Amino acid sequence: MKRTKFTILKSTCVPLPLANIDTDQIIPARFLSSTSREGFGKNLFRDWRYDKHGNKNEDFVLNRSEYTGSILVTGSNFGCGSSREHAVWAIADHGFRAVVSDSFADIFAGNALNNGLLPVVIPSDTLEKLTTMIILKPETVVTIDLGRQLLSVEAQGISVPFPVNPFRKECLLRGYDNIDYLLGMKDEIIAFEKRYSP
Amino acid sequence: MEPRTLFDKIWDAHMVKSVEGGPDVLYIDRHYIHEVTSPQAFNGLKQRCIGVFRPERTVATADHNIPTADQHLPIRDAVSRAQVEALEENCKAFGIEHFGIGHPNNGIVHVTGPELGYTLPGMTIVCGDSHTSTHGAFGTIAFGIGTSEVEMVLATQCLLQTRPARMRITVNGSLRRGVTSKDLILYIISSLSTGGATGCFVEYAGEAISQMSMESRMTVCNMSIEMGARGGLIAPDEVTFGYLSEIPAFSSNPDAIRLLEKWFSLRSDPGVVFDSELAFDASAVPPMITWGTNPGMGMAVNGTIPTEEGTDTESSSSYRKSLEYMGFKSGMKLLGHPVDYVFLGSCTNGRIEDLRAFAQMVEGRKKAPGVTVLIVPGSQQVARQAEKEGLSEIFRRAGFEMRQPGCSSCLAMNDDKIPPGKYAVSTSNRNFEGRQGPGARTILAGPLTAAAAALTGVITDPRKLLRNSD
Ligand code: SF4
Repeated sequence: MKRTKFTILKSTCVPLPLANIDTDQIIPARFLSSTSREGFGKNLFRDWRYDKHGNKNEDFVLNRSEYTGSILVTGSNFGCGSSREHAVWAIADHGFRAVVSDSFADIFAGNALNNGLLPVVIPSDTLEKLTTMIILKPETVVTIDLGRQLLSVEAQGISVPFPVNPFRKECLLRGYDNIDYLLGMKDEIIAFEKRYSP
Repeated sequence: MEPRTLFDKIWDAHMVKSVEGGPDVLYIDRHYIHEVTSPQAFNGLKQRCIGVFRPERTVATADHNIPTADQHLPIRDAVSRAQVEALEENCKAFGIEHFGIGHPNNGIVHVTGPELGYTLPGMTIVCGDSHTSTHGAFGTIAFGIGTSEVEMVLATQCLLQTRPARMRITVNGSLRRGVTSKDLILYIISSLSTGGATGCFVEYAGEAISQMSMESRMTVCNMSIEMGARGGLIAPDEVTFGYLSEIPAFSSNPDAIRLLEKWFSLRSDPGVVFDSELAFDASAVPPMITWGTNPGMGMAVNGTIPTEEGTDTESSSSYRKSLEYMGFKSGMKLLGHPVDYVFLGSCTNGRIEDLRAFAQMVEGRKKAPGVTVLIVPGSQQVARQAEKEGLSEIFRRAGFEMRQPGCSSCLAMNDDKIPPGKYAVSTSNRNFEGRQGPGARTILAGPLTAAAAALTGVITDPRKLLRNSD
């Protein structure tokens, strides 16, 4: 299957500077009962975004009109907890294409890459600077260049490299699908099964 | 040959191919699926017009959203009914073994896999559930995956995975009386923090681990994910082999002897170097509880909530948010704090040994007024055994609600929600905001501390209620 390519993303950002945001916050379990991948965005950060009566919590960043864009800038160990890919679907469905932090939970990062959502890891001090900058100046435009593996804020002269596994990078740049890649390896898998004894 | 870790031995044996500059292609022996994270994967297969490559390697169970009462009736909630039915239909269509609601083999996926003999040493095991790490107790590489990866495994029996770093945690000495393996793992997580083992696969070793039963080892491995680890594993030994020999499906296997002999070599070679090594003293571990909203926020049951000092800005806003959510204050003692609910169950502490420990403490005693106590066995097999041993009767007499198996209040996808603002002492694995229901306040603990709270209605040091014979 074809996936959307990820090359260069230029956007304003939404700041959510909290550490250890778990996938139960990203999408609470009671919204997981769907059998499709669509429509999770409306419940993204549900219990922070709305109060228990369903009214918007005006202070929460997703409800504040000054913060928009397709880059979420957040805190350490983002996406810890449950393996639910629904968390990634919710973030992507809301319109985000990249999440920036100084660290991600492993399963979340893998799920993100499998859905064309780019987890961008930058050093803690740059993250702190970037977060403050966005909070103070919501119009700040950040560029994420996957090909060059650079996150930059031209207006501020910031430019930091970020790591991506070369194979994953290639898949994202070209919009390749991992499952197609493995399906293309069927013969090798069958050969492995022949020599493998449990 | 270079000395290798147990983890690397298993990984190497399953490597179909190493992708240039990329992840390895890893062959998966056992794939567990359940109703919540599989429907989209099956839809993917349908869109691609392909079948399941090795259906005999996948086993399905419905557990996450099923009700724990009246399981013989149709599920009332339409959306969860649709998910449970979708699982059944998909399994039928793709030729996958399925233990649906009410089936004698039904239960929480991480409880049933081991007890039915589907989890065996040396295997690679995955499931669309982060607590797949549980199966590491048998000396397996077991880890949680996302739905795209579930689809990948269904389609090709393989996964693209980058080899994680190796960490070894050695637990010396013995656990003290009144302290369970749950306390040990909460203690380890609180010392490492909730992200402390990110990027690592942990091997647990040492005297305290060798002394543990398989059930206790599963509790330890289960919570590896709560410190960010991909998984945790323990080298198989006599305890493992003893457990397996009790399982009919395994002991009747004509290959059993050969396998046992082979599994003896499943251990890290002497002198092998891990990327990181940590050691703990088991005798220093107290009964533990959590005070915050992630499993790393733990303390001794009779301790005080740590103060904010030494946390950075980002962590300090999380710290304050946690305390506010829980209704606690910095430096506070929690002993004697009122409790509204007690939950015994989940893939962490819903095994027979946990029910036994809980029953031993409550036998002949009564539940405190005002506390609701839910006992949810991890599987049908555990439920049958509890009935047979008279544990269920002890629970009923104490005034507890004996439920049918499922994930239940662990993630509250069904009706078993803790109401907003209420305090629950829970033997599950996550105290995230809203995990047990919107606004619910979760205090994680082991089965003994949970039993003590059920009897007294407040946070209590379980060592105070131990009987002489315990
Ligand atoms: S009991 Fe809880 S943690 Fe375990 S599989 Fe079920 S929902 Fe997940």
